[in-house]
Amino acid sequence: MNKKKIKTFFYHAFLISFGFIMIYPVLWMITGSLRNNAEILSGNMSLIPENWRWENFANGWRGFGGVGFGTFFKNSFVITTVSTIGTVVSSACVAYAFSRIRFFGRNVLFVAMLLTMMLPGQVILIPQYIIYNQLGLVGTRIPLVLPHFFGQAFFIYQMMQFMVSIPRDLDESAYMDGCNKYTIFSKIIFPLLKPSIITTIIIQFYWKWDDFMGPLIYLNKPESYTVSIALKLFADAGSTTDYGAMFAMSTLSLIPVFLIFLFFNKYLIDGISTTGLKG
Amino acid sequence: MQFIENEEQEKKGFRWKMQQFLDKESVAGYVFSAPFIIGFLGFTLIPMAFSMYYSLTDYDMINAPTFVGMDNYTRLFTDARFLKSIRVTLVYVGISVPVKLIFALFIAYLLTRKVKGDTLYRSLFYVPSLIGGSIAVALVWKELFARLGLINALLNTIGLESINWFGAQDKAMIPLILSSAWQFGSAMIIFAAGLKEIPNTYYEAALIDGANKAQMFFKITLPLLSPIILFNLIMQTISAFMAFTQAFVITGGGPNDATNFYALYVYNHAFNFYNMGYASAMSWIMLLIIAFITFMILKFSKYWIFEEK
Repeated sequence: MNKKKIKTFFYHAFLISFGFIMIYPVLWMITGSLRNNAEILSGNMSLIPENWRWENFANGWRGFGGVGFGTFFKNSFVITTVSTIGTVVSSACVAYAFSRIRFFGRNVLFVAMLLTMMLPGQVILIPQYIIYNQLGLVGTRIPLVLPHFFGQAFFIYQMMQFMVSIPRDLDESAYMDGCNKYTIFSKIIFPLLKPSIITTIIIQFYWKWDDFMGPLIYLNKPESYTVSIALKLFADAGSTTDYGAMFAMSTLSLIPVFLIFLFFNKYLIDGISTTGLKG
Repeated sequence: MQFIENEEQEKKGFRWKMQQFLDKESVAGYVFSAPFIIGFLGFTLIPMAFSMYYSLTDYDMINAPTFVGMDNYTRLFTDARFLKSIRVTLVYVGISVPVKLIFALFIAYLLTRKVKGDTLYRSLFYVPSLIGGSIAVALVWKELFARLGLINALLNTIGLESINWFGAQDKAMIPLILSSAWQFGSAMIIFAAGLKEIPNTYYEAALIDGANKAQMFFKITLPLLSPIILFNLIMQTISAFMAFTQAFVITGGGPNDATNFYALYVYNHAFNFYNMGYASAMSWIMLLIIAFITFMILKFSKYWIFEEK
């Protein structure tokens, strides 16, 4: 018994210390948001700031080039929210078609969808940019949100996995009651998809929130920058970089992601494990 | 009056016909999959065709593309920077993916024990994956490995000399590999889900036969988990090939191209030098390399994948 207790103790001791090392960089960033440049650049390992500089937040919030972080956050929220709505609605429709309706060419389309999951985005990035450029849309938010309204393979697949668990009897009895394919979707399937939709919202939200390459390529005015681009430019100021303010804004930028994780942790983990497993 | 009524009837008729048409199963199928069909054509297939064409041209986005045949492709094989970027990317993929998967499997295995707080631990280890792709973390990483940064301070306290992480060609890759390995969380969750599927009776039977922990791990856990290892290996390999943000922010590809990953080099040609044709050719070669490596992983998987009878 005693031996077992010692073992359990070491087990937890190992996991806790390893976990601490894992999140140490994050904690260091958060406490860095309350330090001054000298303290951050001295390689100070302690997690307690010497003098709590709350003004870092006010300084960082002012942003640069006359545009504050309020605007950057708003931009990120708009792009992320619109993209997420588009992803949910379009992916649910496509998943419904692929898993519940029989039509010519369905299997070909399904295979095409699986292939797009494996396709490196780099290949289509350049021609997409050229097309958007010819349409005069570079510099607007449209290239960042538009593709999300056409279903995303990863989430279609995820929802299809979930739809397997919705009994077909439900569709049939609804059909007997006078529903057609459209009302079956809107009244039965879509509401029952809720857990899968929450998973989609969470994953899409934080992917889009953290997205860097898209905004980097398509946005060119400070007024339209997202938080990720703004942070990078903030850091690029070189010798004049205010590291405390930079970490303050970095910390703020992670809050939405953390909040979502805190409240919807279970859905996130379910989503990753189901799609991962059945792939 | 008569006229209006007629028209209304006609409208009804049209609507009714329309409804009949939409209610057909196959039509409903196309309606619901329309977003994907349009998106696949507009955002994938047509751009790919364009990309194929541009890869055979010289195009700077100002002047019209001029056809140059296979020139871009032949030029690639004499471009020393390109060859180096392939090399450093392969090194990065070859080291970061196995390290990440070993960490993920190790922690997932430790957490299969039903103990207090296992979900808390899992969340804790997932945090880096959640935020690892963000600029915020990349900036932190850059400071951690700075000349006077925390990692060097740590090395000094245990009596080692500071390392100029971003100044030395053979060192600059290390922070990037560590950053990737640090984000083992989602692979861990997939492993954990797989480990849960292994029936306990297998372990109990092995225990009766006198097997020890290590034997159980290598004879039961690993073989039964092998399909999931394969899945994680492929997904992580593909995403490691596309590594961009961390290198862009932390090292900028330097020093002397030591971390000039493929995606970074493509980006620079396309969006800094506006060599759209050349960059397109590069991305096709990348697609071929990824497809080839995925194919090889799948081909050789039959030697280590365990199939239950």
